[in-house]
Amino acid sequence: MAMSVLLVVMMLVAVIYSLFAGTVSEMSAGLLGGAEQAVKLGITMAGVLCLWSGVVEVMRRAGLIKKLSDLLKFPLGALFPETRSDDSLRGDLAASVSANLLGLGNAATPLSIRACSRLHESAGRTGVASDSVCMLVILGAGSLQIIPATVAAARASLNAANPFDILPAVWFATAVSCATGILCGLLLRKLWR
Amino acid sequence: MIWQLSAPLIILGVSLYAVLRGEDIFGGFIEGAKDGLRVLYRIVPTLVTLLAAITMLRESRALDAFAELCRPLFALIGIPAECAPLLIIRPFSGSGALAMGIELMAEHGVDSQIGRTVAVMLGSTETTFYAVSVICGAAGVTKTRYIIPAALTADFAGYITAAAAVRWL
Repeated sequence: MAMSVLLVVMMLVAVIYSLFAGTVSEMSAGLLGGAEQAVKLGITMAGVLCLWSGVVEVMRRAGLIKKLSDLLKFPLGALFPETRSDDSLRGDLAASVSANLLGLGNAATPLSIRACSRLHESAGRTGVASDSVCMLVILGAGSLQIIPATVAAARASLNAANPFDILPAVWFATAVSCATGILCGLLLRKLWR
Repeated sequence: MIWQLSAPLIILGVSLYAVLRGEDIFGGFIEGAKDGLRVLYRIVPTLVTLLAAITMLRESRALDAFAELCRPLFALIGIPAECAPLLIIRPFSGSGALAMGIELMAEHGVDSQIGRTVAVMLGSTETTFYAVSVICGAAGVTKTRYIIPAALTADFAGYITAAAAVRWL
């Protein structure tokens, strides 16, 4: 429903604004041009997107994703104290965070839900988010990502000189954003009643 | 430039490791590529709808007017004003943000400072409201306490850093 409202608002603003700005013919051409561009983009994005999904699948088969989640167990113990004594809970959290790290999109959401509802259960399932639940969702919403495949695919389809050269900047921005989220979480849990 | 090697090195490193462990990497790449096509199958219809509406908005010049409105505020935090429409849509809709980002990259040049800032912002932030409502909703959390303010602050820090990182790196 939210998307329907967004769509109507965008079209309404475009039509009304074009009447005042005298850009009706451009606006009207944009409607069809945009639809056409979307399909062209889809075709040109296919290459990079398929290739990177392949890399992730190879990582999974080689056990690299499992390794990554093992590596994450220690830092997770620091952020989520209740997982120190509960191996399976920590495993669920690690799987969820590493799926997010790898940008596994489809796989990441169910894993996040699973980890979140297990944390919620361990806090008594009252409906109110415990501090650990808050931390997990903040981390999940913070988009730790190693390979932003969709964005790189979009860059490739627009003929970027090197679609992946945004990686260091993405890593840096992601790290700052996640660190900010963690800090805010730690700070707000003291202040929030 | 060492960064230009990052993508080939990741692919090579992963493949080499997997082959040495006796995995069928050819089959893995093909299986994964099918996943990639499934993702496309899901996002192209959305992109068609959203890009049509967003291109209407752009061609009507309404986006430019909005960017001009935001310019003084954005100058303070070092974010190009042209990114303003992206920041508005980002927390609500992932496909909407992707469509808006593509539009901005196409208009201002994919390798321009604006185009790169847009790409880094898309890559380093999440669809916050969507993620929080899906995860909390499914897990039965009804009172989200400070999740939204903390997550939005994190996004905001990500936007500022994205713009700064593109200028420096």
